[in-house]
Amino acid sequence: MSTASSTLGSSGAATSRRAFHLRMILIVGIVAALEFYGRFVADATLFSPPSKIVQSFFTDIMGDARIVRALWICIVEIAVAYVLSIVFGVTTGLLVGATPFTRRAFFPVVIALYVIPQVSFLPLTILLFGLGPAAKIAFGFSHAIFPIIINVVSGMRTVRELHLNAARSMGASRLDTIRHVVLPHMVPSLFTGLRLGMTLNLLGVILAELYVSNSGVGFFTRLFAEDFNPGPLFALIGSLAIIAIAFNEIVRIAERRLTPGAHRKTIIKTAGKEKQ
Amino acid sequence: MDRAGAQARIIQLAIFALAAGGWYFVTAAGGVSRLLLPSPGEVGTTLLRLIQTKSFWNSVGVTFSSILQAYVIAVVGGIVAGYLVTRSKTAMGVLEPVLAGLFTIPLTLLLPLFILFFGIGPASKIAYGATYAFFPVALNTIAAFGHFDERWLRAAQSMGASRWQTFRHILLPGAFPVLVTGLRIGFVICFASVLGGETIASAVGIGHNIALSAEQMEPGRLYAWIAFVTITAVTLNLLITSIENTIVRRDRK
Repeated sequence: MSTASSTLGSSGAATSRRAFHLRMILIVGIVAALEFYGRFVADATLFSPPSKIVQSFFTDIMGDARIVRALWICIVEIAVAYVLSIVFGVTTGLLVGATPFTRRAFFPVVIALYVIPQVSFLPLTILLFGLGPAAKIAFGFSHAIFPIIINVVSGMRTVRELHLNAARSMGASRLDTIRHVVLPHMVPSLFTGLRLGMTLNLLGVILAELYVSNSGVGFFTRLFAEDFNPGPLFALIGSLAIIAIAFNEIVRIAERRLTPGAHRKTIIKTAGKEKQ
Repeated sequence: MDRAGAQARIIQLAIFALAAGGWYFVTAAGGVSRLLLPSPGEVGTTLLRLIQTKSFWNSVGVTFSSILQAYVIAVVGGIVAGYLVTRSKTAMGVLEPVLAGLFTIPLTLLLPLFILFFGIGPASKIAYGATYAFFPVALNTIAAFGHFDERWLRAAQSMGASRWQTFRHILLPGAFPVLVTGLRIGFVICFASVLGGETIASAVGIGHNIALSAEQMEPGRLYAWIAFVTITAVTLNLLITSIENTIVRRDRK
């Protein structure tokens, strides 16, 4: 795969600033078009203009304690599922990738499990864990853990034998080798896994939330959809989108802060790696 | 196969045997409720009985025709849109981050809107699956044609290649692997999102049957459907991987 940086030459900064302005103009244009469409053309039972959605966000969403509570529960579910998947995913990944043999024995099993469409297990997950947050955490966890394991294992593979030998010949202890050679090498791949893990974690939690339609966010989306009340429905979906964006941003900021300087340039962002 | 490879295979088989055996013994010993985990025998016989019914194949037909329609829309739309975007540096700079940004939001959120617009039938699932799969196809098309090594194009031009020749012999082979990655990711997403849409809100299809069996507390049927989906997904995945390998290998020649 080629890199995104190849298109940015020496005048990259100016070009990207211009692109940014054009992007803003485009977004403002789309919002204006939707406003016009919503006000004068669309069926009011199916579509709301952006201004009404914003208004609905403050009155119907933030004004309703039950919905605010449902959104908070959603945030907690996403966070808990993510922390669990990092802890168990990284541990499993380190164990699987520990030696070439364990990798050959266990990695294909992980890949095989990853291929199964997990959404077919959604009703079963609810049956096993009930209608509460536990089921949503479990479903987010089972989505997020696989990309984390896979990228930890592939990250460990990228550590060069040469560097390990060099560290050893200079008298580094096992702990020193892990701390100063293995971990810094793993970081870019680890964060690829963490980014992907967050995307799938959000997917899992929200799927489970939407499936359980007698409480939480799923109840309200169904309520507004069945009442043909698009204002609050769009506002609720928008709120969840903002929550999702915030979680993605936290991971991205952590990635930028924690990636060792030397590796920063090698993080190649390609569309293909965003979702496997 | 070398010794380590054979040992690895043995461990994989042992894991599989352990899982299957554990499932059998736990249900035989009566340690867990049949409602949560039916015995493998019950699931097997239910699946065999199920595939002899006409309603089973009707459900499978609805789901797969939805997946196919959604996929065709996503592939055609994604490749055309992606290719057009790469023809202008400005368009690429403006639109690629927008598409990539949208794709990081779980588009599952849009499902209630699609149900609102297109109703409970297959149309909403097709629209939802097509929208979701559009993004990886379009993004990979952009990655394939947009971030191309300029030197190759210049070399081809300086050697007098025509526009068509440049496309056929430089752009297409160079872009192909990334394009195929997008098609594969798109298919996986299309499959999962149509199934997910049916599970959450539908009156027909595989997903609906899975949800229905769970609601009616019919564990045998629930696990039989899950087993069917799993087997289908694994088979399709093997098929796609082998097609991909064949194409890429032929491409290299």
